[in-house]
Amino acid sequence: MNASALLLPLAGGVLIGLSSGLLLLLSGKIAGISGILDGAVSLRVGRWSWRAAFLAGLIAGGAAVAFIAPQRFPTSLPQPPPYWIGAGLLVGVGSRLGSGCTSGHGVCGLGRFSVRSLVSVCTFVTVAAVTVYVTRHMIGGAP
Amino acid sequence: MIAVLVAFLLGALFAIGLGIGSMTLPAKIIGFLDVTGAWDPSLVLVLGGAVVTYAVMYRMAIGRGRPLFADAYVLPGQNRIDVPLVAGAAIFGIGWGMSGFCPGPAIVALVTGKTEVLSFVAAMIVGMWLHDGIAAWRQREASAAANLPVTGSADG
Repeated sequence: MNASALLLPLAGGVLIGLSSGLLLLLSGKIAGISGILDGAVSLRVGRWSWRAAFLAGLIAGGAAVAFIAPQRFPTSLPQPPPYWIGAGLLVGVGSRLGSGCTSGHGVCGLGRFSVRSLVSVCTFVTVAAVTVYVTRHMIGGAP
Repeated sequence: MIAVLVAFLLGALFAIGLGIGSMTLPAKIIGFLDVTGAWDPSLVLVLGGAVVTYAVMYRMAIGRGRPLFADAYVLPGQNRIDVPLVAGAAIFGIGWGMSGFCPGPAIVALVTGKTEVLSFVAAMIVGMWLHDGIAAWRQREASAAANLPVTGSADG
């Protein structure tokens, strides 16, 4: 494994942690993307504008990445749309039922040494690993 | 206004971090989760970098007592490990394992305009609405039950 394969993920992680940490330090908010999205689309939470702005920033940042390093995005996603719809529904329901996702529990929760988040992370990583095993090694392996 | 601008810039920074860490590539996530296959440790490195950085900044934030541009920190109040936490994590885990996408990278990947990503994000939003709707309904039912008038005899 070469140096950039180790350093780039670390650097990316530091930027994610920095962004989340600054959101807390400056605005007092937890950078849990599922919560930010949920709040923005439900429109029932007061002052949704910062959420919409954060999401817009995600997309703007994405555009920058696509321009500078398009290889960071997948070129082909071979499963048919219903597969993605099913996965999306599960991620949407699960992240809200469980009060967080990889950013909320994984980054912010673990960063705060939250036992609740540790339980969540251990659960979703384990289940996801089993899911990958089933979908990639048992049911007609896909990339 | 500052809150909106700050949020926008931090969202962009978050996305750039995801991109640099290649977390916008489902194959990288699947590679990490594929414990019996050719294992890709990228996600651990990304998470490690993120958690350590956040932990330091969290300490700084708590030490300050209040945010720079807001009145107070809005932190999760829940401490219990309950069924919704674990069930939600499991359900999320299946979707994440199927797709290699979680909310952040999926939203960032919208810039590709790919049908699969659009479908995923749309379905994710629908899933959130579904959960919120059911949760709100259950809360209304619970309130209604708690507010039922006492009906007279103990044998009711």
